[in-house]
Amino acid sequence: MSFRRPAGLRPAWLAAGVLTLLGAMVLALAFGSVRLPPGGVAVELLNLLPGVRLDSGLTDREVAILTQLRLPRVVLGALVGAMLALAGAAYQGAFRNPLADPHLLGVAAGAGLGVTAVIVLRATGDVAELPIGAPMAAFVGAVGAVALTWLLGAAGGRDRSPATLILAGVAVSAFLSAAQTYLLQRNVESVREVFSWTLGRLSTAGWHEVRVILPYVVVTAAIVLAQRRELDVLTVGDAEATSLGLHPQRSRYLLIIAASLGTAAAVSASGLIGFVGIIVPHTLRLMAGPSYRALLPLSLLFGAAFLVLADLVARTAGGDAEIPIGVVTAFLGAPFFVLVLRTNRAVPS
Amino acid sequence: MSAIEVEGLTVRLDGTLIVDGVDLDVAEGEWVTVIGPNGAGKSTALRAIGGLLPFGGTVRWHGVPADRLSRRERAKAVATVLQSPVVPPAMRVFDYVLLGRTPFIPPLGRESATDLAAVEEVLAALDLESFAGRRLETLSGGERQRVFLARALAQGAGILLLDEPTSALDIGHQQEVLELVDHLRAERGLTVLATMHDLTTAGEYADRMFLLAAGRVVASGTPAEVLTEPHLAEHYRVKVRIIEGDRGPLVVAVRG
Repeated sequence: MSFRRPAGLRPAWLAAGVLTLLGAMVLALAFGSVRLPPGGVAVELLNLLPGVRLDSGLTDREVAILTQLRLPRVVLGALVGAMLALAGAAYQGAFRNPLADPHLLGVAAGAGLGVTAVIVLRATGDVAELPIGAPMAAFVGAVGAVALTWLLGAAGGRDRSPATLILAGVAVSAFLSAAQTYLLQRNVESVREVFSWTLGRLSTAGWHEVRVILPYVVVTAAIVLAQRRELDVLTVGDAEATSLGLHPQRSRYLLIIAASLGTAAAVSASGLIGFVGIIVPHTLRLMAGPSYRALLPLSLLFGAAFLVLADLVARTAGGDAEIPIGVVTAFLGAPFFVLVLRTNRAVPS
Repeated sequence: MSAIEVEGLTVRLDGTLIVDGVDLDVAEGEWVTVIGPNGAGKSTALRAIGGLLPFGGTVRWHGVPADRLSRRERAKAVATVLQSPVVPPAMRVFDYVLLGRTPFIPPLGRESATDLAAVEEVLAALDLESFAGRRLETLSGGERQRVFLARALAQGAGILLLDEPTSALDIGHQQEVLELVDHLRAERGLTVLATMHDLTTAGEYADRMFLLAAGRVVASGTPAEVLTEPHLAEHYRVKVRIIEGDRGPLVVAVRG
């Protein structure tokens, strides 16, 4: 690698991200209770492009399984994974805290409370569709939660360490989860619907859910990716970033709001899926370097691929009974978190 | 025209008055050092002059009030090296120095050939070319200080603010870094405003000095005028002996 080339997104890494995501999607579309030939799946995907009509060799029933059942689920999983990984990376940069993650900051719990409130207020008993207002309610909950965590974490004054913020996030999560439980206890008729959502909506995902969260995903990705150079500058601290012409607090607010919007969209569509925002960005940092100019776009691609594959495991590893996808990511994420905790002693707070 | 003019500078931190009506000026190409005991407000004043803290009073750079400039324009006019800059984990020297070009890179844009050439030039000038691919955390204290300077020089600003530039260095590296700054000042016509603790070293390099105590200027002038036994005894509460040196007064603390 030339030392004279600035850090940034290398074409080889971009290609690797795109290929990994496409490969993960083909695998996830091919495997399940009905097994489809991956080659036929790939051809059917090409048939989705305008003007393309190739013979995939799949029966009409197989095509229906592919396009009506699996494809929306895989696309939704990719969008959710992309958002959770991107939000994790953005939070880590904005807070200059390697442990920051949508779940550990309490953002997911805030979003969860927002969605629960919408379901409880609607109380139709319809578990099939995501309420249109869910992402916005989740966003309000998410921003409230991250503000609360930030204020609590800042109470530690100048001596606060990365762990202080996370401890504040744990406290906020516990508080908001208790509020959610209280809300459910007062509205028992909604328990089934909320519980089904909490375990992961990917199992009931359709194109409706994809359409509901897509605008939020696009806005979040555009804002966060536009801030990738600022995030690199923020790594030198606020005083130096200011001396370099940046407005650190403004960049930080923008990033936190955008990341919370992405988390809210993901949580409202998929329920509570943890650790994606820790696993994906940290693995990418080890492989592609610390620059956010590479980390953010790669987090989108590899986060999407990661959750698509985690969902494939969730669907297929438990036999007939599907494992909640949050359980799969937690099995991977909890040990990974310990690893990050142990290897980040030298990271400044 | 003065490169830096400061009138009635006041800075409050958490409601406490830290800098209390400081007047100060630095001529073009001059090296001025602010000294004072711990808690005198040296670093706070320097940061305020660099536009890094909100302040009362007036700060002008080359005759232009600092608060009339945008953040980017400020960064092109004044470069600051903080006392203990954050060392971003795993960042390479080249990328760190390139951060100095931030004010020249448009929002959503990328670094131009001019930016890359500026970094190359600074790395060569500071004899850091062989370090370009090294991670910052693998460098020694003296090497890091040179890299911090390189980042500031890459900004291309005519005014260089240095907050305790040698506090973490041994005596050999202290001299090496200060000689480098002095050389760059002469070569590039830089104006230097620094804060320093080591009085002898400060006196050897500064053209003029300002002595701060409790947020106010209590003495100013050439090193020989400021580094006197009565001044230091009164404001540092220490007995000193001043010995005339080749390049300025040598300050030796003696047991009272």
